[in-house]
Amino acid sequence: MTMKSSTRQVDGVTIVDLSGRITLGEGSVVLRETVRDLLSKGQKKILLNLGDVNYIDSSGIGELVSAFTTSKNQGGELKLLNLTKKVHDLLQITKLYTVFDVKEDEAAGVKSFSK
Amino acid sequence: MTVDRVSYTLDSTLETVNNAEETAGRMAAEAGFDDEEIMKISMAVREGAVNAVLHGNAYDPNKKVTLAFERTAHDLVIVVRDQGKGLDLSRIPDPLAPDNLMKTSGRGIFLIRSFMDVVEIHPSQTGTELRMIKHVRGNPADSKEAPQ
Repeated sequence: MTMKSSTRQVDGVTIVDLSGRITLGEGSVVLRETVRDLLSKGQKKILLNLGDVNYIDSSGIGELVSAFTTSKNQGGELKLLNLTKKVHDLLQITKLYTVFDVKEDEAAGVKSFSK
Repeated sequence: MTVDRVSYTLDSTLETVNNAEETAGRMAAEAGFDDEEIMKISMAVREGAVNAVLHGNAYDPNKKVTLAFERTAHDLVIVVRDQGKGLDLSRIPDPLAPDNLMKTSGRGIFLIRSFMDVVEIHPSQTGTELRMIKHVRGNPADSKEAPQ
């Protein structure tokens, strides 16, 4: 039921591999603290890999928006990678799909960040 | 055995939100909905429970959330009731409005309305009742949303 988060570096981009559920409570907190921690360490090119996120609620959507806005306000970039159909559909109906920069391929996603 | 009507009285906790979601998924499966519809129903109930626990009862340990399921011939009817001050319907934002798009909250009721066939919100001074209906096999006689 919980969410797991792990990070790795690829060509100056921090890829955050998330798995589980981003929902009110623990899942949202894990995402918030992970992004906050990366930004505080100066790691401002963030690619959130949501390939193993099987569920997200309105709080989780809000947390993604917050992560995106916080990164941008601190001069960073946050992009989404590997959306599942459920998450893709949720971002579509909330009209957020076009707000986020969504990538389907990790290598292309890494390259898309400004050097 | 399929239960036609069942009601739960729950504490105003995050555990209630998760329990409500799980119970809704089980009820929806028993009613014969497919996986996608089960996900929509359980998420709608989760969002309704979040509103009841957080915004209605404000985690007050003295206030309860009532969750009821009724299976009729054509519908799965779900009611979530809290004991808060009553939701102000005029303050429900449109999360698709340009000014609201990047807000970090305010999408719960929008998602409920997106996922269920009929949604009624009945606020009163003693709490808010959220009534949601999903047609078992699609009942074209009903509109998307009932008047509130």
